[in-house]
Amino acid sequence: MTDTIEARGLTKRYGDRLAVDDLDFTVEPGRVTGFLGPNGAGKSTTMRLVLGLDAPTAGDVTVHGRHYRDLTHPLHTVGALLDARACHPGRTAANHLLALAQTAGIGRRRVDEVLALVGLEKVANRRAGTFSLGMSQRLGIAAALLGDPPVLMFDEPVNGLDPEGIRWIRGLMRDLAAEGRTVLVSSHLMSEMALTAHHLLVIGRGRIIADTGLDEFLREHGTEYVLVRAGELDLLTRVLRRAGARLETDTDALHVHNLTATEIGKLAAGEGIALAELTPVRGSLEDVFMALTDSSVEYGVTA
Amino acid sequence: MNLLRSEWTKFRSLRSTWLTAAMTVLLGVGIGALASGTAARTYTGEDWDPTASSMTSLVVAQLAIGVLGVLVITSEYATGTMQPSLTAAPRRGRLLAAKATVLAGAALVLGQLIGFASFFTGQAVIAGMDVPHATLGEPGVLRAVVGCGLYLAAIGLLGLGLGAASRSTAGAIGALVSITWVIRALSSALPESWSNWMDRYWPTTAGERITAVLRAPGELGPWAGYSILCAFVAAVGAAGYAVLRTRDA
Repeated sequence: MTDTIEARGLTKRYGDRLAVDDLDFTVEPGRVTGFLGPNGAGKSTTMRLVLGLDAPTAGDVTVHGRHYRDLTHPLHTVGALLDARACHPGRTAANHLLALAQTAGIGRRRVDEVLALVGLEKVANRRAGTFSLGMSQRLGIAAALLGDPPVLMFDEPVNGLDPEGIRWIRGLMRDLAAEGRTVLVSSHLMSEMALTAHHLLVIGRGRIIADTGLDEFLREHGTEYVLVRAGELDLLTRVLRRAGARLETDTDALHVHNLTATEIGKLAAGEGIALAELTPVRGSLEDVFMALTDSSVEYGVTA
Repeated sequence: MNLLRSEWTKFRSLRSTWLTAAMTVLLGVGIGALASGTAARTYTGEDWDPTASSMTSLVVAQLAIGVLGVLVITSEYATGTMQPSLTAAPRRGRLLAAKATVLAGAALVLGQLIGFASFFTGQAVIAGMDVPHATLGEPGVLRAVVGCGLYLAAIGLLGLGLGAASRSTAGAIGALVSITWVIRALSSALPESWSNWMDRYWPTTAGERITAVLRAPGELGPWAGYSILCAFVAAVGAAGYAVLRTRDA
């Protein structure tokens, strides 16, 4: 049995609000899958459904081919961080983890290990209510790692972390995936995903609008063009038009849409035009993301 | 076994648990001693049950232990720890059973402590006023004192059941106070046939029979009364389980 998370027709309705609408996806091991969508798109709901905290209205989601509730060793199978603040403020970090660990027969030594792993060993005996959001995030991650599980889910894990913490978490996610684990990380920040994820699951208004590799996603949806500056801009424009380029002019520069920088360089050299600048520009991921989710908002479009 | 260990860790690792426990014992024993003194002062020799007088401690203690039971589950909802708890232990019936076992054990120990402590203090107060007092060797006395712990354990579980059913601390404590205090106090305002029924069969009134040595004619026996309380607690617990099992966490 592979360590996948599989959703088939997964649907969740709260009252008359459709939170998650007919999701089909498979989260594969060995890579970080970014679960990307604006706030309220259904990311957390989906994760709650995976963990059996909420029951789906229709459809099904399994981990390891089984419903979460039927897992024999849940902590050894899935580690999850949904809400960093989900600890009793009066309980120490170590006791919070110990109570969770004991459900799976995990001992105090492993608790100390994960506390050290997330850098909380010095505050192990402090009450969780005194923790900053960043420290709570680390505690939540420690809880997820207790059972050394092959499947991990993190809901907005970089929230509240300082820059050092953010860098640490990106490294952790990629390390976990490199060890062959299945890692699902949600975020509403495209830029964050670009730095962490290998694969993207984009969700908007409860529906999957893209399920693709990060690079393909950018290639497909990124508004890529090459920015060119030259002294003889008019001549260059004619040369490029002849080569079939789609152009936009921008005061003293050209945006070339369907030729590569290499092709443009060759054409310019052939005509003896000296280029002042030749820069491939990738549309910002945020733009791509906004465009995609906008359309899902306006027209309810699926991928 | 693992779940029991986990629930015990949750229970013992909160300062509030120990604070409540200490308060319960002190208040309980104090009230028991006061009530014993008052009873001894009005001693006429009729219907004299010195054991039951010293067991008045449970009037207050039941509230504290009931609240402890409520918090075992509602604090998990209030602080959001229900999510990690259910992620670690997705079989909800087992989680509730583990909570109930740990709570019942703790309430039983605490209840016995309160029962015996208030018995000995109460009897010392009564003896000090030269009124006949009870000793553990007399018939029915040991059962009544142990019964105090049994009663309190049942009320602790009642709190847990109410907490599971309502998922709200305030709601569950409100129900607990109503069941143990308010409704009983109101029964005297009801038509006589109703209030007679209430005095006999209302679950906590019936349950308290186990802490009395004397049995007036027409009153339920100690175990019959306690069984009514247990049946009621079981019904509330079943409702709590149904809510936990079927609702989204």
